[in-house]
Amino acid sequence: MSFLSIKAVSKAFAGPPVVDNVDLEVPQGQFFTLLGPSGCGKTTLLRMIAGFETPDRGTISIDGEAMNDIPPHLRPTNMVFQNYAIFPHLNVFDNIAYGLRKQRLPKAELRARVEAMLATVRLEGLGGRGAGQLSGGQRQRVALARALVRRPKLLLLDEPLAALDKRLREAMQIELRALQRQVGITFLMVTHDQDEALSLADQVAVMSSGRILQIASPRELYERPNCREVADFIGQNNFFHATVKTIDADSVTVNAGLLGVVTLAKANVMCAVAPGDRLLLAIRPEDIAFDDAGLAGEIAAATFLGETSLFQVRVAGRSDPVIVSNYFDPPSKAVHLKFPPQFLIGLPEH
Amino acid sequence: MAEKGRNQGAENGYLLLAPTLLVMGLALAAPLALVAIYSLKTQSGIGLSDGWTLARYGEVLGRASYQVLFWRSLAVSGAVTLVTLVLAYPMAYFVAFRARRAKFLWLIALTIPFWTSYLLRVFSWKIILGFDGLINSGLMRLGLIDHPLTFLLYNPFAVVVTLAHAWAAFAILPIYVSLEKIDRALLEAATDLGDGPLRRFLRVTLPLSMPGVIGAAILIFVPTTGDYVTPTLVGGPAGSMIANMIEVQFGRIGNWPLGSALALVSMVAVAMVAGSFVLLARWAAAQVR
Amino acid sequence: MRKHALLLYAFAYLAFLYVPVLVLPIFSFNDSQFIAFPLTGFTTRWYAALGADSAMLHALVNSLKVGTATALLSTLLGLLAARAVTRYRLRGTGAALGFISLPLFIPDIVLGISLLLLLGVAGLPLSLGAVVLGHLLVCVPFALTVLIARFEGFDRDLEEASADLGENGWMTFWRVTFPLILPGILASLLLAFITSFDEFLVAYFLSGTEPTLPVYIWGQLRFPERLPVVLALGAIILTTSIALVALAEYVRNLGVKRPMVGA
Repeated sequence: MSFLSIKAVSKAFAGPPVVDNVDLEVPQGQFFTLLGPSGCGKTTLLRMIAGFETPDRGTISIDGEAMNDIPPHLRPTNMVFQNYAIFPHLNVFDNIAYGLRKQRLPKAELRARVEAMLATVRLEGLGGRGAGQLSGGQRQRVALARALVRRPKLLLLDEPLAALDKRLREAMQIELRALQRQVGITFLMVTHDQDEALSLADQVAVMSSGRILQIASPRELYERPNCREVADFIGQNNFFHATVKTIDADSVTVNAGLLGVVTLAKANVMCAVAPGDRLLLAIRPEDIAFDDAGLAGEIAAATFLGETSLFQVRVAGRSDPVIVSNYFDPPSKAVHLKFPPQFLIGLPEH
Repeated sequence: MAEKGRNQGAENGYLLLAPTLLVMGLALAAPLALVAIYSLKTQSGIGLSDGWTLARYGEVLGRASYQVLFWRSLAVSGAVTLVTLVLAYPMAYFVAFRARRAKFLWLIALTIPFWTSYLLRVFSWKIILGFDGLINSGLMRLGLIDHPLTFLLYNPFAVVVTLAHAWAAFAILPIYVSLEKIDRALLEAATDLGDGPLRRFLRVTLPLSMPGVIGAAILIFVPTTGDYVTPTLVGGPAGSMIANMIEVQFGRIGNWPLGSALALVSMVAVAMVAGSFVLLARWAAAQVR
Repeated sequence: MRKHALLLYAFAYLAFLYVPVLVLPIFSFNDSQFIAFPLTGFTTRWYAALGADSAMLHALVNSLKVGTATALLSTLLGLLAARAVTRYRLRGTGAALGFISLPLFIPDIVLGISLLLLLGVAGLPLSLGAVVLGHLLVCVPFALTVLIARFEGFDRDLEEASADLGENGWMTFWRVTFPLILPGILASLLLAFITSFDEFLVAYFLSGTEPTLPVYIWGQLRFPERLPVVLALGAIILTTSIALVALAEYVRNLGVKRPMVGA
C-alpha cells in the first residue's frame, strides 16, 4: 500500500472533465512532481488532495485513510500556495504560528517550534517582519515554514517557484530539494516547468488534458518517453515516421524513410508492435551527429546557446527542419547527419 | 461553510443573501406596491372609496400647475447636476493629477464641509443670499449698491446654487476615483502618439473618466429632483418643486391617492430622464476617436 | 501658467465650499437672536443655553439611537449580502444587487411617503423604528458597495490557507477574513451613521412624536429666535466630527508605522 493513493479520480466543472480517471501511487518520503502544461488538471488534482475540491468519482487516501469526506482543515496535508497566501495582517512569526495556535501549546514550546522552523528555512531573526516587507524568496520561505511547522504527512506545493525570478528560482530548487531530504516529509509538487520537475523530483507524473501520460524517474522520462506528447513536452525531439518490417526476440527492424532501414532494441520501442504497424521514431537533438556521410542537408539557421549551438538543418523530402545540437560549428553549411540507432526511440503513432 | 470549494454551497449563498432581500422587500417593494395601489384609488373622507380609477393620473398629467412643477423640478435638477459637475470636475482633476503628496489632505479638506448638517448648510445660503445677508451687506458696505439686491433669494437660481454646494462631494469623489484609476502610461502613450495636452484630455482623460461623471450625475440628479428642503427654504413660490406638492398631499390636504400618483409619476420621470442621460453619455463617449 | 490657474481654481472652489459652512459658527457667537448682518457682538450664551434645551437634547439622543441602529443593521445586512455575491456564483446576483441598489434611484420623498403608507395600512404607529427601516433603505446600498469592494480585493487563497492550516470555517472568519475586511466594516459603519444622522426627509414623515435632530432643527428654522442655539449645536457637531476624523487618521497612521501590520 503506497502512502498517497489516488484511485480512478475524476472531476469536471462545467464541461469536459478536468481530471479524467486518474490513478496515482506515491511512496512515503518521495519528492514527487506532477508536470504538465497549464490547464492540464494538475492543480485541480492537488486541490482535491488538499480538500478544496471534491472528486466527482474515485477515492483519495493518505497513509491508508480515506480522505474523501474529510474537510481540508482536518487533513494531514499542508499546502504551499502558488502566490504563497501570506496573511497580510500578521507578521512572519504569527504567520508561521497560525496553524499551531489551535493546538494550545505552552507558549515556550510554540515559540521554540516557530524559531526552529525559522532557522530551518533560514529566516532567523525575521519573525517580527511584516508580511508586506518580505521579498519574493522570503515569502516563499514563510509559506514553506508555515506549512512544515505543522508536521504534515504530505506537503503539497502548487507551482512554488513560479513567482520567483530565474536566478532565485534555481537557488531555491536546490534548497527545496535539501529541505525535503532534511525533514523527510513526502512532497507533492505541481509545476509546468520541466527543468524544475527533472532537477527536483524522485518521480514525475506527466499530465495532459486531465490524464496521466507517464510516471517515471526524471532520467527515464527524458531517455525513454512513452508517447509523442511526453517526448515533445520534455526537452526537444525530432520525429520520423516509420513502418515495422520484422520483429526478433530483442529487436525491431523498421523502414524509416529518409533514415533508411534501422534496427532498434526492443526495450526502446515503447508500445506493442506487429509487422506492418506504423511507428514514430524520436531522437534528441544532442544525439544526432554531424558526419562525413549520412543524410545530406543544409544548415538553415543556428542559435548560439553558450555551451552548445542549436542548428536547424533542412533536409530534402521533409518539411520540418531537423534540429541538431552540437558543441562545434561544422566547417560548411552543407552537412551530413548521422542517427545512431541506439538513441532512436519507437513511439506509438497516436 | 468556508472549507467548501469555490463552486459549492449555492444554498449557503442564497441563505446569506436572504435577510437583506427580505428587509428590502419589506421596506421597499411592499411600500412601493402600496403607492401604486393608492394611486389607483379615490380619497373619501379619511379613507378610500371602493373601485379602481385612473382619474388621479388624469389630474397629475392634465393640470397645468402640476406640469409646471414637474418641468421645473427636472429643469432645476438638470441645471444643478450640470453646474455641480462642471464646477467639480476641475477640482477632482486637480486632486488626482496635481495635488501629489497633498492629495489626502485635499480630499479631507473637500469633505469636511459635508460634516455639517444638510439642513444648516442649506439654511446658510439663506443667510448669504438673503435681503440683509452676507452678499448684500457686503456690497452695500463697499458702496457698490444702495439697496439690497432682491433677485438673489427665493427663485430657481438660489435653488441651483444651494444644491450645487450641497451635493458637491457627490460629484468630486466619484470623478476623482475614476481619474485616479486611469493608468498614467495611457496618458504618456497619447502624448507619445502626438496629442497635445488639450487633445489628450478630450480623447483619453475625459472618456476614461466618464464612468465617474455618469455615476456622479445619477447620484445628484435623482435626489435633487425630489428635494424638499432646498426649494422650501430658498426657492420661494417661484422655486417650489414637485416634492413640495407631494408633501402637501400627504400632509395638509390629506389626498393620499393624488400624492401617490404624483410620487409615482415623478419617480418614473426621473428614471426615464436618468436612463436616457446614461445612454446619451455612453453614446457621446463612443463618438470620441 | 495652466498649472497656476488650476491651483487658483482649486482654492476658489474650496472657498465656495467653506464660506457657507463657516457662516454658521460665526452666528453661534453673535449676540443677537436674528441671523442677519451686521454682526452685533460676541457672546457664548447660546452655548450656555444648549444644556438647558431638553427638547433639542432629546432629539439629539434620538438621532444617535437611530444612527447607531442604522449603522449596525445596514453594515450587517451589507456584510451578509456582500459575502454572498463575492463568494458564491449565484444565479440572479445581478437582479438582487439591482434591487438592493434601487433606493439610490428613487427620490427620498417617495421612499418616505411609501413607508408612511405601509405603516398606515399595517396599523403601526410612527416611531424611531420606522425611521431606522427607512434609513436602512438609503444606507444598505452604500454599505453593500463599500463592502463588496473590500471583499473583491480579498484574496480567496488566504481563507484556503487558513483551512489548510487547520482552522474551520468560523475560526477562519475570525482570524483571517474579519481582520482583513475590518477597514471596510468601519467605513460602512461610519458612512451609514453619518447618512442616517443627517437624513431629514424620511425621518420627517416617519418619526411622529419622537423627532430626530434634523426634524427638530427643521421645526426651529421657522422660529428664528431659537436658531442661535441650533447653530451652536451645529458648530459643536462639526468640531466633534473633525476631531474624530483627525483622531481616526492619527490612529491609522500609527498602525501603518507599526511593522507588524503589512500592506
